Amino acid sequence: MAVTAVAGVGARPTPRLRRLEDERWLAMALLFPTALLLGLFIAYPFIEGVLLSLTSQRVGIPGKWVGLDNFVKVWNDSIFRTSVWNTFWYTAVTTVFKLALGLWLALLLNRHFRGKAIVRAFILLPFIIPTVLSTFAWKWMFDPTFSVINWALFHMGIITQRINWLGDPDLAMTSIIVVNIWRGVPFFAISLLAGLQTISPELNEAAAIDGARPWKRFWYVTWPLLLPVTMVVMLFSVIQTFADFQLVYVMTGGGPANATHLFATYAYQIGIGTGLLSEGAAISLAMFPFLFLIVVVQLLYIRRVETR
Amino acid sequence: MAHTKRRSVIKLAGSAAAVASTGMAGILASGRTPAFAQQKTVHWLKWVDFVPATDQMFNKEMMPAAEKALGIKIKLETVNGNDLQPRITSGIQSGAGPDIIMSFNSYTHLYANSVVDLSDLAEDVGKREGGLYKYARAICSDGKMFMGMPWAVIGGMIAYRKSWLDEVGATKFPDTWEGYRDVAKKLKAKGRPFGQTLGHTFGDAPGFTYPYLWSWGGKEVEADGKTVVINTKDTVESVKFMQGLWKDGMDEGGLAWDDTNNNRAFLSQTISATLNGASIYIETLRKPDQYQTASGKPMNTDILHAPLPKGPAGQFGFHLLQSNMIMKYSKNQDAAKEFLKYLHTEANYRKFFESQKGFATPCTAKWETDKLWDVDPVMTPYKVAAKLGQAPGFAGPPNAKAQEGLSKYIITDMYAKAVQGMPAEEAVKWAETELKKVYT
Repeated sequence: MAVTAVAGVGARPTPRLRRLEDERWLAMALLFPTALLLGLFIAYPFIEGVLLSLTSQRVGIPGKWVGLDNFVKVWNDSIFRTSVWNTFWYTAVTTVFKLALGLWLALLLNRHFRGKAIVRAFILLPFIIPTVLSTFAWKWMFDPTFSVINWALFHMGIITQRINWLGDPDLAMTSIIVVNIWRGVPFFAISLLAGLQTISPELNEAAAIDGARPWKRFWYVTWPLLLPVTMVVMLFSVIQTFADFQLVYVMTGGGPANATHLFATYAYQIGIGTGLLSEGAAISLAMFPFLFLIVVVQLLYIRRVETR
Repeated sequence: MAHTKRRSVIKLAGSAAAVASTGMAGILASGRTPAFAQQKTVHWLKWVDFVPATDQMFNKEMMPAAEKALGIKIKLETVNGNDLQPRITSGIQSGAGPDIIMSFNSYTHLYANSVVDLSDLAEDVGKREGGLYKYARAICSDGKMFMGMPWAVIGGMIAYRKSWLDEVGATKFPDTWEGYRDVAKKLKAKGRPFGQTLGHTFGDAPGFTYPYLWSWGGKEVEADGKTVVINTKDTVESVKFMQGLWKDGMDEGGLAWDDTNNNRAFLSQTISATLNGASIYIETLRKPDQYQTASGKPMNTDILHAPLPKGPAGQFGFHLLQSNMIMKYSKNQDAAKEFLKYLHTEANYRKFFESQKGFATPCTAKWETDKLWDVDPVMTPYKVAAKLGQAPGFAGPPNAKAQEGLSKYIITDMYAKAVQGMPAEEAVKWAETELKKVYT
């Protein structure tokens, strides 16, 4: 408006000035860098991936258009089906535990005690250490021969024989789930703690004065107010866990006998290990509809919670 | 902080411009690019050698000498064997990466379209050194070109504790699978089982399962390289036998082992025998004080090597064959070839061969009679590894399909599934379905 004032009373703004004043242009200009980055690093690889999955490309061989053949092939693949089941199981179990333990930890950390800052910093350690590094440490702890867990259990008289952590299909799955939970709890704890701190203590105090017991105070006061944050944290966690790669790759490589393959590790084995790039891309993309559905459901739920 | 004056800045800029312009004039006058830009760099990506002395020798001695002799710069990079394939793939797809990459087994066939023909070099070396072994030729060449220059074979033999076998009455290593199971059972009862990986790992797992399958008369395909014939009575028998063997005589942790676990288990004396390259024995030679038997003797005096036992259909071995591929995307193909030629001169290759102390067996006949094999009788069984090896994909050619089957761990997983409780017939059926997907 200042511009038109300077231009003189009664003078109509030139079209160029009017365009500059138009907020839609400004919004577009400001959004452009983000849109460019998203386009370059998300949309472009995604479209490339889709195109790749529709050809018969192998490493070093361009291949030709095959339509949905790769998806049909993948659908009839028993290892792929195992991977789908594994991924859902892995995501569901870890998310439940991460939420429960993370919430518990957040509630504890929200209390006042000495050395609170240091404890909070330490809690974040599993999240800060590079995944590959910490997973290698876990791999050693679950080592078939030198497992420190076995050693401890044996010396406490709990077991008489070694537990084959990564060699038994069910135990291998359990092991990677444990490591994922260990790594993911701090993220939940710290995010939920941030959420807890936005809740006014007066609400809890008022409920206490009205005679609400701690559990009731949590259930009727804290939890409903924390729910939007919890849902967002869960959304992030589900996306990350569903597409997890490094942890399984380092711990088991998808073994024993494909018992721990997830979408990402199987796509890697087929695409990189065997050179069937297009099939690998199809496996990766198969993750997309599942993930899309989960995300949409969660986002709708978040909206409902927020507008309640 | 010192003040910067306008005048000094102008002076500095002027002198910089003067230097730059005479430099440029000099370059233009000579008509040549400056020396530093002329020097080519050859980037060689290979595995981290299981014999550390070799990589040390390469870094300290051979690479500097090659740089001097060839007038090029050499960048040697080593990675875990399991990580070679992702590097090859990303190199080919992005069109940039190492000039020379080490290949394991039939990667050569898998990446045939993206590598340079090395026939002249391979044939030259073969002619000079008494002929290339059939095994090396089959893996590195498709009959039209050499996709890789055969480098060495990492022989797989069973390393075993002589005194422990003696204790259960086995004066020599059993040469049949029945004998193997019998001895393993007795030793497992004493808390010293045999150890073997059935995990997803490049070396020891297929090194055991393929020859085991062949020795029972099982094979993936017919000689036509198309007809899948895994589902036979012989294969089912082999799977059933493995189920019993696993329970009776093997360390059951082996399902999760990679190529290094059995080394550690053997060296820490929890297993009495395992199929391996010679790296276990070489490690005990290197550190005799660290690795000792219960009676305080160096462990290396208690280790011997033996080939895998024979089955109803014979005795087989599958040994890791390494070759070096020059990538088509490389801008330094000539320099890379010169460098490979340099590595394969007799004097230079000998340095490598001797540093390995028998861990790597050369791919040409000449070295079979080398005096190195007489130095240590414990290593002697390895000298024929390259001669006797058979490649995955048998009875078909070791082509890209065979490599696909290998990379998917189909044969290894067939046994792994069975020892985890899947009925033998079902495990074989599963392998048949998977192999058919590969071969059709």
